[in-house]
Amino acid sequence: MSTAATATAPAVTGIGVAAPNGLGLKAWWAAVLRGESGIRPLTRFDASPYPVRLAGEVPGFVDEEHVPSRLLQQTDRVTRLSLAAAKEALDDAGADPADLPDYAAGVVTANSAGGFEFGQRELEALWSRGGRHVSAYQSFAWFYAVNSGQISIRHGLRGASGVIVTEQAGGLDATAHARRQIRKGAHLVITGGIDSSLCPWGWAAHLAGGGLSTEPDPARAYLPFDRDASGYVVGEGGAHLVLEDAARARERGARAYGVIAGHGAAFDGPGSGSAGGPAGGASGGAVSSGCRLGAAAEAALADAGIGPGDVDVVFADAAGERTADRREAEALAELFGPRAVPVTAPKSMTGRLAAGGSALDLAAALMALHEQVVPPTTGTSAPADDCPVDLVTGAPRTGLRLRTALVLARGRGGFNSAVVVRAPAA
Amino acid sequence: MNRLELSSLTRILRECAGEEEGVDLDGDVLDQYWFELGYDSLAVLQTTGYIEREFGIVLDGEDFDEADTPRRYLDMVNRVLSERAPV
Repeated sequence: MSTAATATAPAVTGIGVAAPNGLGLKAWWAAVLRGESGIRPLTRFDASPYPVRLAGEVPGFVDEEHVPSRLLQQTDRVTRLSLAAAKEALDDAGADPADLPDYAAGVVTANSAGGFEFGQRELEALWSRGGRHVSAYQSFAWFYAVNSGQISIRHGLRGASGVIVTEQAGGLDATAHARRQIRKGAHLVITGGIDSSLCPWGWAAHLAGGGLSTEPDPARAYLPFDRDASGYVVGEGGAHLVLEDAARARERGARAYGVIAGHGAAFDGPGSGSAGGPAGGASGGAVSSGCRLGAAAEAALADAGIGPGDVDVVFADAAGERTADRREAEALAELFGPRAVPVTAPKSMTGRLAAGGSALDLAAALMALHEQVVPPTTGTSAPADDCPVDLVTGAPRTGLRLRTALVLARGRGGFNSAVVVRAPAA
Repeated sequence: MNRLELSSLTRILRECAGEEEGVDLDGDVLDQYWFELGYDSLAVLQTTGYIEREFGIVLDGEDFDEADTPRRYLDMVNRVLSERAPV
């Protein structure tokens, strides 16, 4: 049953990455396996007046190397990162949309903040100089859908497209929606998610939302599942994936990193306390049974036609907040048994990237299957006693047979999402 | 300033909307349509906002439809500039 499902599930044939610990798939993955963190003091603006001064910034991104001159005045940093990752994913897939029939290829990306920095600049212009000084491009440059739109225009992808806004869960939900489009007949969809809001205006929003760690030491600020967990760090970036109809991908001889075999989503009920942060966040103590991450995971396994025993590794949401971490660990223990499956959180090296975070986790899960290695969680040296998970810490874990990965994500506001990724059918 | 020259227009276009690959704004562009130069209506709108602020004028939106090349656009702007009372 599951093998047949895997054979027809859409394949991921290309990956593009913009992450705080590496720009580009190769640089990022090498850094992940080295356990190299991208969490550092903010450089994009003077963060000294704020209580939080750490973030995960994508290093070494030169706009002109990735974005044509015509687009520089009309794009926020988030869209520039997104265009670069989409191009890398397409190149990596060896796919040229121009070869496809018209309307056969689309874009479904996730985003949480739009072009925040662009919007800040135009607000400054509005209030200091007046409305006539606001850029005409503000009309779309700030908007959540702008990444999908610019990717579509750049590569001539005129098929069904869209944007998903479910915060950190978005990268998974977008991929699930891209899978729907493939099932409806699309040949290829660029999916995933990228976010960037590391400007004072974005920072004010992150701080107001609560849940951020005020720990000043980059190595101690974001410690998922650790007894000393004190919140999370915000980062920018994410990943884009090229999703293709499996049979067509095989026909053109494309390499597949893996297939998207299952998806489940669930929304937290009232009183779950999830509105203040990732499933708990600032509210912390408001424990209830409302967190439905486990339900999302079960739905994803059912959709993939597999059972918990088939899962070889879990990429956790890893909120970095005690209550939320405990809830996730309990959900995993209930599903798999205590410490029964390796769990990892490479986002400990990037911070939480909003919609980009779960997209990057998908990329990590695909690379784990492709290279048969589980990347480590860094910072955290051992999970807290009340978090009964087999957390992979310190160094990558090898010697396992990795066929199936479960990727989990919780988005601010109560979104839970889970995706099952499987190795391509042999 | 009482006149907008092509050299100033191309400088402002570059600043406001960039330059399309394969297009040389220093070349013979006077009679090319905006879309041939890689500019959409928003690019022209952005450029117009800049020119209005620089020259302290307001252009009539209805004139835009006919200002579909740099030559016609310059004519439109310079007509407004020449009608302005000398300072």
